[in-house]
Amino acid sequence: MSMMKRISTIFRAKANKALDRAEDPRETLDYSYQRQVEMLAKVRRGVADVATSRKRVELQMNQLQSQSTKLTEQAQKALGMGREDLAREALTRKSAVQSQVNDLTVQHAQLQGEEEKLTLASQRLQAKVEAFRTRKETIKATYTAAEAQTRINEAFSGISEEMGDVGMAIQRAEDKTQQMQARAGAIDELISSGALDDASALGAGDDITRELESMSSQSDVEAELAALKGATGAPAIDSAAPPAVEAAGSAPAESATQAQKEEQS
Amino acid sequence: MIVRILGEGQFEVADAELDRLNELDAAVEAEIDAGNAEAFQARLTELLDGVRDVGAPLADDSLEDSDLILPPADATLEEVREMLADDGLIPG
Repeated sequence: MSMMKRISTIFRAKANKALDRAEDPRETLDYSYQRQVEMLAKVRRGVADVATSRKRVELQMNQLQSQSTKLTEQAQKALGMGREDLAREALTRKSAVQSQVNDLTVQHAQLQGEEEKLTLASQRLQAKVEAFRTRKETIKATYTAAEAQTRINEAFSGISEEMGDVGMAIQRAEDKTQQMQARAGAIDELISSGALDDASALGAGDDITRELESMSSQSDVEAELAALKGATGAPAIDSAAPPAVEAAGSAPAESATQAQKEEQS
Repeated sequence: MIVRILGEGQFEVADAELDRLNELDAAVEAEIDAGNAEAFQARLTELLDGVRDVGAPLADDSLEDSDLILPPADATLEEVREMLADDGLIPG
């Protein structure tokens, strides 16, 4: 038998088994409707869960992205000070951070896909549950138990298939989300441990931030000195200086934050 | 004829298209037997695209059951094997 037929047969058998039948088929209608409403609530929770995971990944992407930007700035600054070794170290770390960002981008796209799929599934199920409710009332009002049976079977097979489909979609989304949450947890730990901004943690042996900071505090002094000289009309700085002055422009505030960070760590 | 793509919904497909879909289905099945995950994914995509191309989506509030049920678009070879082994298809 073809794959399509085998899957169809197996799927239908399972979906039908999932619906318990009561003595009076009309009671089964109410019972089944209740199950459908529960399933609808479940798929909506599923959508919310996936959205939460997606937001968490977004947050991490932002954190890592700003870390990456910071490392680029550090590399520029280091290069401006003629420290190619430091610049190289910063860029190495940036590339590690960036590869995490790329990984998260893929995860984000997957989560978004799951979220869309589940949202659509919940819309489909809702439409079917409403149609079932209408039909259920008609059947209960119009037919005797015996007459109702055929009509009920018709209504059931359609909805039970949908329930099976949605149940499976929720399960798949949960599995995927769980895998990603484990990885997201690892990245959270990585971020909070400071491993991504502390060079010694990567085995580099020195610390870019600390070194740049001490260098930039020196160049801050020079820059301020130059500024003072400029303000008092003293001879201007030599031609090599302007980039260093520019680079050091934002440094005081930054190095203060960095100093604080190090004290904390 | 009504065809359901799991995780996606139902499509009304003209009976005349069945031969073509059977061909695509046989190609998927061959890759399942061969255990070739990459080719399986490609053939499955072709089969599902085939259904989407010739089929018209059924209204959301329709309560009709499907004549054929197909695996979700992102199903792996392993998952489809599990489905065919009558195991773990519908949770609970």
